[in-house]
Amino acid sequence: MIPAQFDYVAAESASHALGLLAEHGDEAKLLAGGHSLLPMMKLRLAQPKVLIDIGGLAELAGISVDGDDLVVGATTRHADLAASDLVRHEVPLLAHAASQVGDPQIRHRGTIGGSLSHADPAADLPMALVALGGSVELQGPDGSRSIGADDFFTGFFETAMRPDELLTAVRVPRQPGVPWGYQKFVRRANDWAIVGVAAVDGRIALANMGPTPLRATAAEKALAGGASPAQAAQHAADGTSPGEDIHADREYRRHLAKVLTRRALEHQAG
Amino acid sequence: MSILGTRVLRTEDPKFLTTGGVYTEDVADDRLEGACHVFFVRSPLAHARISSIDVSAARQAPGVIGVYTGADLADLAPIPPSAAGLINTEMQQRLLAVDKARFVGEAVAAVVTEHPYQGEDATELVTVDYDPLPAVLGFDPADDSLLFEAAGTNVAGYWGDPSKLDAQLFDGCEVVVKQTIVNQRVAPAPMETRAAAAVWGDDGRLTTWIPNQGAQGTKADMAKLLGIDESLVRVITPDVGGAFGAKFGADPEHAVVAWIARRLGRPARWTETRYENLIAMTHGRAQQHTVTIGGSRDGNVQAYRLEIVQDAGAYPKIGAVLPMLTILMTSGPYDIPKAEAVAKVVVTNTTPIGAYRGAGRPEATAALERAIDLFAAEIGADPADVRRKNLLAPFTEPHRTAFGALYDSGDYVAALDKALTTAGYADLRSQQAQRRASGDVRQLGIGVASYVEITGMGDGEGTPPEENATVEVHPDGTATILTGTSPHGQGHATAWAMIASEELGIPVEKFTLKWGDTDLIPEGGGTGGSRSLQQGGAAVQQAARELLDVARLRAAAELEANAADLVFDKGRSAFNVAGDPDASVPLTQLAENERLLIRTVFSQPGATFPFGTHVAVVEVDTETGKTTLLRVITVDDAGTVLNPLLAEGQRHGGIGQGAAQAFLEEVVYDDAGNPLTASLADYPFVSATEVPSFELASMATPTSYNPLGAKGIGEAGSIGSTPAVQNAVVDAVAHLGVRHIDLPVTSRRVWQALQAVQPGSEQ
Ligand SMILES: Cc1cc2nc3c(=O)[nH]c(=O)nc-3n(C[C@H](O)[C@H](O)[C@H](O)COP(=O)(O)OP(=O)(O)OC[C@H]3O[C@@H](n4cnc5c(N)ncnc54)[C@H](O)[C@@H]3O)c2cc1C
Repeated sequence: MIPAQFDYVAAESASHALGLLAEHGDEAKLLAGGHSLLPMMKLRLAQPKVLIDIGGLAELAGISVDGDDLVVGATTRHADLAASDLVRHEVPLLAHAASQVGDPQIRHRGTIGGSLSHADPAADLPMALVALGGSVELQGPDGSRSIGADDFFTGFFETAMRPDELLTAVRVPRQPGVPWGYQKFVRRANDWAIVGVAAVDGRIALANMGPTPLRATAAEKALAGGASPAQAAQHAADGTSPGEDIHADREYRRHLAKVLTRRALEHQAG
Repeated sequence: MSILGTRVLRTEDPKFLTTGGVYTEDVADDRLEGACHVFFVRSPLAHARISSIDVSAARQAPGVIGVYTGADLADLAPIPPSAAGLINTEMQQRLLAVDKARFVGEAVAAVVTEHPYQGEDATELVTVDYDPLPAVLGFDPADDSLLFEAAGTNVAGYWGDPSKLDAQLFDGCEVVVKQTIVNQRVAPAPMETRAAAAVWGDDGRLTTWIPNQGAQGTKADMAKLLGIDESLVRVITPDVGGAFGAKFGADPEHAVVAWIARRLGRPARWTETRYENLIAMTHGRAQQHTVTIGGSRDGNVQAYRLEIVQDAGAYPKIGAVLPMLTILMTSGPYDIPKAEAVAKVVVTNTTPIGAYRGAGRPEATAALERAIDLFAAEIGADPADVRRKNLLAPFTEPHRTAFGALYDSGDYVAALDKALTTAGYADLRSQQAQRRASGDVRQLGIGVASYVEITGMGDGEGTPPEENATVEVHPDGTATILTGTSPHGQGHATAWAMIASEELGIPVEKFTLKWGDTDLIPEGGGTGGSRSLQQGGAAVQQAARELLDVARLRAAAELEANAADLVFDKGRSAFNVAGDPDASVPLTQLAENERLLIRTVFSQPGATFPFGTHVAVVEVDTETGKTTLLRVITVDDAGTVLNPLLAEGQRHGGIGQGAAQAFLEEVVYDDAGNPLTASLADYPFVSATEVPSFELASMATPTSYNPLGAKGIGEAGSIGSTPAVQNAVVDAVAHLGVRHIDLPVTSRRVWQALQAVQPGSEQ
């Protein structure tokens, strides 16, 4: 419960952070809101030698519109995302997902960039990004690149981001007025999803049904072929092999995915 | 107007809401200057032989002053089990594990460092050679792997004789229902984890700060653990951030910290982490019940049998004694012609079980209230009607049960009816019928639980429960109260001041309450078993009255009047000569010449028996199994209420914890005995978002056992609410064929129960 020793550097800019990453290599970890990294360090599951704090970098925060996209800076707090009129109007599902993370303290510390980089399959924002068909912008020593949500999450707590890269921003298509549904099944209000479903515009994403946030492709296909929400939802768990833990076994998770998908497709939020 | 019975705001709160409490970790006493810090190496295995421990690398780590193992503590005697007469005496615990580790989290070595942050680093360098052994788990452990080889069995002992159960108990019953029920293991999880600070004086005396529930009992335990005379131990109790039964007495770690302070000749401190708290502080409950209930088709319960298995964890501590209390309360508030109970205590490779809010009584109520509902379901009767039919009639003279409990006073039917009326029971049943008829996905469940419990027990048969208090009035108009109770959230500073203020006419805010320093208050029973007001509060009242007797004599001398002619003027806190208010002397003046101080002991004829009924209303999502707790309505009759605000606070906390046991909380181990709920992300500690505002109806049937008329209220909330919520969840899906769901009634369990009665009901 007490982390191993580490050094702390507050980055002065994104390029300073990138320089420090290059300098320290594997020994370093970026620190944003700290609400995933610090618990891991306290359990000694992570023992970085150097923490590079990007949490205070204003250049990485903020929400704006760029053509057909909404652009959210990496260090934007969940609470700011949830409360933003712009996000609520342009991409209401994203604002809602942010409002469902943990509790108010966590939402005021945690960042969208941290949540996506951490890539917890049970988390809210990774699932939202997949449902929305968004992408992330990465900056590394050799410049920047963009990766779509479906390719970004590569495994259990793993992404396509390289250790010397920085996630700078998140891009999602604007879709004001498009109906959406969001279902998060929890024990307690501030818990991670036992199973989560986000559905918008014919796309369906699942949380905690596998090592990464997943697309419910069979259900999407059925829906595209004219199936009713109830019929399509029957396929929500097709091809999934969710993990088992104290909250749910595989069978229960697969059952929940179907029920929650139907409810999400009926556009019931929350 | 009397201050008693009014909602006086807690005088404790301004401090807690501004500068905060001073907990053991915060204590900044000169004597603790330069303290070293202790961190424990804990077993990562549930059951293993320890073949060797290598501390050499840890000794070289930065800041390390010493590393100690069980071998270093050879001079300290092993801890015998509780209830040694009944429990196998071979089941002893060493302060640090020697030869064997018996649960994940058992302390195996202690690392001492200059700085608190160095300890955890150094512990990683202690190499313990473990030979893993099969983990012994569950309520029916085989004897092929033994926790204590010398004992030859994993059965620690019995309460009652299972071979003497009456084979004819259910003869003549038209209906007999039997069910095995688990009352699951839960974690007390107080906000403040365990801690200690210890220093030895040049006089060879130990002063130790420990968060506890009774400094005097903690002192006795520390003396025993260290093998020294009690006169050599002084325990000081700082603010305590929650205890729930688990901070009674002293734990091995507390003694090891004191031992290290003596060994190094230097003060030592320890604060456990949250992870350690969840695996190494005692857990609660952990009973399995097999209930059998029989009666007539028209609803008369004629016989009841309760067979208990208590999982005591790795070492038989208080957990081994809990079944005694469960058995004592077997028949609860009912008039059951024939009832019997027995218990078997087993040891397993899990965290030892201790007291937890209610300690043995919630288990009795949970078993009985499920049994009543099972019986009602079997005969197709309304569970509230079955209760009304079988509850004891109102009584004012003590009533002796078949299990030896002497109930002081009670009106159980009135409590039931009041709870049902407050809940709008008939209306709830018709709402339920509508939802059932329409096949609503979200079904309504209504659960009822009636209870009687025991509070303020003495040390046993023949020793009346008692408590002492000292009241002193000072010349400056302030007053001090010393108490043998040990408040840690209950509000004694407010309550004891109200009681003394009522007698002495001194305003509440002029009182200072002191407790928890064994040099100042050598005797006391502490706070637990909901005993404090009925005994500690009554002692304060008695002391204040005796102080007035002394003051009257002094006033008579002062005023050159006859003591019998004096009247006490509460408004001025002064004695006047009757009919001549100018001839007057205030208590403050009487305190000037000679200290005006009285110590007294109040003794109560016996334990008291609060009672009540809880009604829970839940909504169960039949597709997902999720329960939403909509309402909890309770009647908790704890006799005369001194301060409704404080009493309601106790009820709120208790109901929250009890409801949490019903549908959330459970300590879980895997098949190898690894704890799976060792963080507050995994252990679902209840929060305000999971429970509704509670609806508290009031009812007060005074006890004659103390002049305040008060019984205990600290645990009642957790006793009634667990079965009420559990019954409500089962009730919500009963029409679909579900008969029972074990605690905690999680979404998964509800869904599985529904799957079992309507297989293939996939939406
Ligand atoms: C009690 C609790 C409950 C929670 N409940 C939920 C919940 O219900 N739903 C949910 O979704 N989440 C939940 N979370 C997690 C929370 O959302 C975290 O804030 C989030 O996952 C991580 O964001 P952060 O800014 O705190 O990241 P940090 O902890 O600072 O970092 C996480 C990881 O990402 C890396 N990283 C951070 N920023 C960047 C960047 N810009 N570029 C590259 N790498 C980066 C870090 O190096 C680290 O490896 C909970 C957390 C807690 C403590």
